[in-house]
Amino acid sequence: MSLRENFETPSQYKTWSYVLMGAGALAVIAGYLFYGSSQDQDKITHFWSALLQNGVYFLLVLNAAMFFFAATTLAWGGWQISFRRVTEAISACVIPIGAITFVILLAIVFGHRSYIYEWLDHDLVARDEVLKGKSGFLNPGFFIVWSILTIGLWTLFGLKLRSISREIDDKPLSIEEGRKYIFKNTVWAAVYIFWFALTVASVTPWLWLMSINAHWFSTMYSWYTFASSFVAGVALITLFVIYLKNLGYLEFTNEEHLHDLGKFQFAFSIFWTYLWFSQFMLIWYANISEETIYFRTRFEGPYQGLFYLNLVINFLAPLLIFMSRNSKRNYAVVTFMSVALLFGHWIDFYQMIFGSTLPKGVPMNLLDFGIAAGFIGLIMWNVARVLGKYPLIPVNHPFLKESIIHHT
Amino acid sequence: MSIKKFVVGCFTEEQALFSAVKKVRSTGYKIHDVYTPMPIHGLDKAMGLRDTSLHTAGFIYGITGTTTALSGIGWIFTSDWPLNFGGKPHFALPAWIPITFELTVLFASVGMVLTFCYLCQMAPFVKKHHFHLRSTDDLFVMVLECTPTSDEAEMSTFLNGLGAKEINVQEAETGWWLGRYDRNTQPFEKKTASTLA
Repeated sequence: MSLRENFETPSQYKTWSYVLMGAGALAVIAGYLFYGSSQDQDKITHFWSALLQNGVYFLLVLNAAMFFFAATTLAWGGWQISFRRVTEAISACVIPIGAITFVILLAIVFGHRSYIYEWLDHDLVARDEVLKGKSGFLNPGFFIVWSILTIGLWTLFGLKLRSISREIDDKPLSIEEGRKYIFKNTVWAAVYIFWFALTVASVTPWLWLMSINAHWFSTMYSWYTFASSFVAGVALITLFVIYLKNLGYLEFTNEEHLHDLGKFQFAFSIFWTYLWFSQFMLIWYANISEETIYFRTRFEGPYQGLFYLNLVINFLAPLLIFMSRNSKRNYAVVTFMSVALLFGHWIDFYQMIFGSTLPKGVPMNLLDFGIAAGFIGLIMWNVARVLGKYPLIPVNHPFLKESIIHHT
Repeated sequence: MSIKKFVVGCFTEEQALFSAVKKVRSTGYKIHDVYTPMPIHGLDKAMGLRDTSLHTAGFIYGITGTTTALSGIGWIFTSDWPLNFGGKPHFALPAWIPITFELTVLFASVGMVLTFCYLCQMAPFVKKHHFHLRSTDDLFVMVLECTPTSDEAEMSTFLNGLGAKEINVQEAETGWWLGRYDRNTQPFEKKTASTLA
């Protein structure tokens, strides 16, 4: 069997990515003119919240693709090798999206936009005991340094992991070399996962998202954010795998692999719900006003609709639709659910940020969708560009056979 | 329940077993069952078995548990015996979710274990015929069922050609009977052609 090695971007796909990027650029420019530089404080807050939400959401989703292949490498998994290059191409987008998100964070911090992060307000911090106590952690210096470390090291480890993956493209390995190669992969994946645990699974969501409510805290928050972004990340991987499969690429990937990707989406949707519920129920049960303030706007206020929509899309839909084996092996159902989950977790991040910055009402309009479209277009364009540069299947990988004969 | 005649072929290699199953089916012999020391991926598909309905049963047990928990707790705490727990509403749904989850899991797991035992005809003091004891150790045992017109000698030669290391003909009870697994090999007075090989 001859393999179609290199991905050639279809012109329609390219057009779509340019159209979406154009729409995004238009949304940002129009948003800056009519919202960002408006006299109305709510509109300014809306503009910067939308940028923060989309930047952080898409960055964490892309980084989840890197976590996916690092975690499967660390577990000595073989089944993902046949489509591993797709996850690598998605993770390569951490570089541009990370740069954009970093610029957004810089603009918020150096613009002293205390309507996003209340700890940026010096006067408030000076007279507020709680914020004063947290100011060793919540200050512009630490925020910027940690953000540089977060995005910078994700980029560096990503470059390293992808270059390790590519170095065997032209040389078949002997068994001894194969062992060494797998060990090297494992070590670097472990280094990345260690940093991932210190960023996504703990400090970074505290800084980027939880500090919007600087008085409030939840010990579940980072894991909750991680679960949300990981479900969406696997959904994104699945969409690209199905798209390439439809075009006739990825000859070794079949419904067995699709089944496992569906299982990942199903399992981590349940995990997300577990964390969501653990966070909600403890706060609801203890009923302490310092804690319930977070759910005031969401559970009873104007965000009630999104609160339940969030649960329906991200818990009930995957639970009922993905439960059966046949639906996880059906390309149409899995495509539908992947799109639904990507949207559902976008909504989740939306209520996480807007529920705190704009508690008076849900201001969702074309601006939010326009900025999201820009990010989607950029991701589409960059993934296709990276996919086209290198062979789609790592033919010399020692575990490739395991992926070909994979059976669920 | 009836006593039938079987031709039993024992394989030592998993790979030989797979191609043997394919050839036996294409030749038209009827496979009674295949006994293996460990689960083998894809063997059920090769044998043409239908998917188990155990998971459907599990789903039904699960939603039965959910319904039992929600309706039970709901009735007790709102109408039968309403209590005030720290000023919480009587209909305190979030607080019930953990118990609902537990009951769902309990019903689904216990129900599925019992259903599995029923489907496999396993229970205390229930005995079934073993075609070869080493099928729990290192042998892959394929059992072909004889029809009134089939020729055991021909079937044995056929199995031999497929790579079976040990072949014998057994007359065995297909159903279960009361007895212990390590003795009571004779369900009825009638002697079978072979007991344990």
